Amino acid sequence: MAFTEDKLKKVQEIIARYPDGKHKSALIPVLHLAQEEHGGWLSSETMDYVASLLKIEPIEVYEVATFYSMYNLKPVGRYLFEVCQTGPCMVNGSDQIIDYIKEKLGIGVGETTTDGLFTLKTVECLGACGYAPMMQLGKHYREHLTKEKVDQIIEECRSKATSLN
Amino acid sequence: MPTIYIDNKPYEVKAGKNLLETCLTLGLDLPYFCWHPALGSVGACRQCAITLFKDKEDTQGRIVMSCMEPVKEGACISVSNATAKAFRGQVIEWLMTNHPHDCPVCDEGGCCHLQDMTVMTGHNYRRYQYKKRTYLNQYLGPLLNHEMNRCIQCYRCVRFYKDYAGGEDLNVFAAHHHVYFGREKDGILQSPFSGNLVEVCPTGVFTDKTLKQHYTRKWDLTAAPSVCQHCSLGCNTTAGERYGKIRSITNRYNGAVNGYFLCDRGRFGYEFVNDENRITQPLIRNRVPEAVDEQSLMDHLKLLLTQSRTLIGIGSSRASVESNFALRQLVGSENFYQGVSLDEAALGKLIASILQSGAVHTPSLKEMEQADAVLVLGEDIWNTAPIMALSVRQAVMNSAAANALQQTSIAGWHDAAVRELVQDNKGFLANAGLTASPLDDISTCTLHATPHDIAVMGFAIAHAIHPGLPEVPQLNNELAAKAAQIAKALQQAKRPLIISGPSCYNEAMIKAAFDIAGALNTGERKAMLSYVLPACNSMTLAMMQAPSFEKSIDRINDNTVVIILEQDLYRSIPPAKANAFFNRCKNLIVLDSLHNGTTEKAQVLIPAATMAEADGTLINNEGRAQRYYQVFVPTTGMVKESWKWFWQMRSLQTSSGNGLELHPNDWLTKLEKTLPQFNGISRVSYPPEFRIHGQAIPREPHRYSGRTAMLANLAVSEPKPLQDNDSPLSFTMEGYPNRPPASLIPFFWAPGWNSIQSVNKYQQETGGALSGGDPGIRLLEQKTGTPTAYFTDIPEALPAPRNKWLLLPAYHIFGSDELSAYSAAIRELCPEPYIGLSTQDTAELGITDGKNITLVAEGEEYTYPLKIQEHLCNGIVLLPAGLPGMPALTWGSWATIAPSLKNNAV
Ligand code: SF4
Ligand code: SF4
Ligand code: FES
Ligand code: FES
Repeated sequence: MAFTEDKLKKVQEIIARYPDGKHKSALIPVLHLAQEEHGGWLSSETMDYVASLLKIEPIEVYEVATFYSMYNLKPVGRYLFEVCQTGPCMVNGSDQIIDYIKEKLGIGVGETTTDGLFTLKTVECLGACGYAPMMQLGKHYREHLTKEKVDQIIEECRSKATSLN
Repeated sequence: MPTIYIDNKPYEVKAGKNLLETCLTLGLDLPYFCWHPALGSVGACRQCAITLFKDKEDTQGRIVMSCMEPVKEGACISVSNATAKAFRGQVIEWLMTNHPHDCPVCDEGGCCHLQDMTVMTGHNYRRYQYKKRTYLNQYLGPLLNHEMNRCIQCYRCVRFYKDYAGGEDLNVFAAHHHVYFGREKDGILQSPFSGNLVEVCPTGVFTDKTLKQHYTRKWDLTAAPSVCQHCSLGCNTTAGERYGKIRSITNRYNGAVNGYFLCDRGRFGYEFVNDENRITQPLIRNRVPEAVDEQSLMDHLKLLLTQSRTLIGIGSSRASVESNFALRQLVGSENFYQGVSLDEAALGKLIASILQSGAVHTPSLKEMEQADAVLVLGEDIWNTAPIMALSVRQAVMNSAAANALQQTSIAGWHDAAVRELVQDNKGFLANAGLTASPLDDISTCTLHATPHDIAVMGFAIAHAIHPGLPEVPQLNNELAAKAAQIAKALQQAKRPLIISGPSCYNEAMIKAAFDIAGALNTGERKAMLSYVLPACNSMTLAMMQAPSFEKSIDRINDNTVVIILEQDLYRSIPPAKANAFFNRCKNLIVLDSLHNGTTEKAQVLIPAATMAEADGTLINNEGRAQRYYQVFVPTTGMVKESWKWFWQMRSLQTSSGNGLELHPNDWLTKLEKTLPQFNGISRVSYPPEFRIHGQAIPREPHRYSGRTAMLANLAVSEPKPLQDNDSPLSFTMEGYPNRPPASLIPFFWAPGWNSIQSVNKYQQETGGALSGGDPGIRLLEQKTGTPTAYFTDIPEALPAPRNKWLLLPAYHIFGSDELSAYSAAIRELCPEPYIGLSTQDTAELGITDGKNITLVAEGEEYTYPLKIQEHLCNGIVLLPAGLPGMPALTWGSWATIAPSLKNNAV
């Protein structure tokens, strides 16, 4: 894995935001960039590459990348359902939502459908408790989830995928 | 001193501490996990909760973490009220939800802080009925076992490994319910202090893999206070035995010496005691070697020793003071030598005389941690005195913290806050050595240079501090600039520390170190000077001023009887020279514990006890005499302390007594009378008759599985308890049940505290000295304020002979020490033999890394693979010192190098 010229320039910009010798501070945004560029997930090669860009040890990248649920350490489907399972969402039925998605897509948590379209992930509070139960899909929150809403979302994704193909 | 109220009782306590330390110091039982006396507080585990009241009227109070709350005058707290108790109970219940509850198969069981804290909080019923999180474990090398499921996320491991010891390959991954503590992938942990994780981790995640090979619960160990034998620092250890084998070495806290930590060589290097290569039976080599009983041995010795022959005794830097002194008494002072090369003996003598002059202060390791500027002059302390390197790291970190804390009101124990404040700042460390060292990472000023250059830079520093001292002629610019920088930093310090040692075989370096320390010692400034020595008891022989055995060669003839004490002379001088020496010895008596080149040559071979079967005293590099105690009595063979054998021989000469009349303390009293420089040494221990309320101090905990099980491997009938005539310790579980005097602590245990954390109960205050004072008698105290004389003989630079390299030793924490390399685990970590040259020298010679090359020294050829040393300066060739199977060389001599023709064809 290697960034294009363009992205490398972006990396330099990010590094320049921080004081001299504090390259490591650029780690999180650079990882996001790498994830975007690399099909939505971070392989160890990608992480090692980031380490070399920032002149830090690979272990320093791994500790950060494994900490945040926003980084995927396994390949993911085109549509990533990140369902909140923290207290407020749970009491509002996130368990049932998760079970329903599992049943509907025939996958477990952390798994991807065979067609490569969907991955189901559970995450902790996304700060939208007032709209519980909820999930994050790409850059958007989908709130007040019900089984019907889940059906709708899945349909939406499928048709988007067909139109894109 | 502020007064605080704990459960309505007033206590006078020390200001500046946190409430957890305070409660523990007062002897209260308060559970904790993430706090550690050496690591400070981070408030992560919530286990140390107490209730803090606004004032005396407040009955409600609020829960606070005692480890995060400073002592305040008049503070009212409760440790035992229901709210605080319930809170702590809840915390442990949460922590235990994921814990595998596998105590019966866990090596930590019986010495586990988690077990102790669970019992202390009263959590005894599991309500959580769901799945536990599980992990895959990692292979971490031959020393440590990894069992992540047992983790309770206290973060102590990474805080020790990374923050305290500077390790880089252990880290924490992921978050919330799946945090993982380990390496990025399977592999050997790189820090030589990794073994401390066994004690730092409050659970069974990190356990001693060597113990696993012959596992025994702590309560079934027969243990005794011991002293590490693997370098000159004399770290205090607890050695535990069962069925005639040493099972483990654990840290024995000594506030002035090793504190809470040991290096991996010291912790895992014990297996020589259990080795198959042990000498257990006396052997007489007439025409055929013959194992003999004690009577035949004595008859033979009587013939040898009484026919008015000259006796020559060769003392050993790895044998006790008692054994060396007994040998000296047996052969006579003028016939007593030490088994090191001429150069090494001269360097030792120089160091001892500098320290004995009393002109400067030589610090304990604890004092070193308080230094505010450090200069290491030419000694590779990372490899020759590992725990000293750890102390230097603390000095660097502590002084950075002290600087940062000046402007704030944050307490020093507030670890996370202090680290945030300090960021990457470091105190001053100048590290000058032949080649790269891990200490370079934290040094402000690094120099890789020849011993000569390091020494003259030292003299230049001394001159810069004290212009009355001679100036170094023709100093090059780099050295001059560094000298100025270092001199300035040292002068700005209040407690500067200078470290040097003999490992570069350079006398001038040792002298320069003294000059710097002496020159710094003015007014308010208290300079410290510490020298590392080659072995655990080198100091004794240096203080006795014993000459090198090389000087005795001309005195040996067919009529001389040579007695060699516990050492292999092939490790001191090159084989050809050693052979020449042995060829002259027609009557050779060798006492040792393991077979080696020297024991091969013995006509009479006598089995000597190791530290595990012996009582003895060692004097460390600081001049601190420390006693180690016999752990167990071997059930087979005729292994005995060398000093006992010598006294028996003496009684053969004088035909009186049986040789068993003298105890170690009697030897030390005699020593003080004979050699006044050892004054005070007899106070190192209690006499064998010492009793508390009429009771001896038991080597076994009272929960020992019982006498009938003591030798269950041989028989289940109860053996008669063995007598110890040499110390106040007993070999059973009976005896004084409470805390013994500090130097006699066979194991740490207190009611409710089975783990090593019970040390809290043995200290005057947590992290402070042991109650009654830290063990050891210091023999080298400073007598004068400033030196009256300095060394002024600055060496001239001698041009290197054409096409010659200066031959010097490279030390390896694993491999350079003789006895620890017997442990299979340590052996695995020893490097392979190599020849090290600088990058430029290699290029000029046109040789490639990894290819065999040949070194020619004193006419002998040595062929090993080349290892390019990136940071080594030109003109030096390094060979690893003391590796098993590698011959000794004349260090500091000139050698030539030839690309090897041998083996390269393959
Ligand atoms: S491995 Fe041990 S020391 Fe590290 S966090 Fe877990 S319990 Fe604490
Ligand atoms: S530093 Fe030296 S004395 Fe201390 S444990 Fe290590 S080898 Fe033993
Ligand atoms: S609990 Fe689900 S968003 Fe906060
Ligand atoms: S010991 Fe106080 S919070 Fe962990």
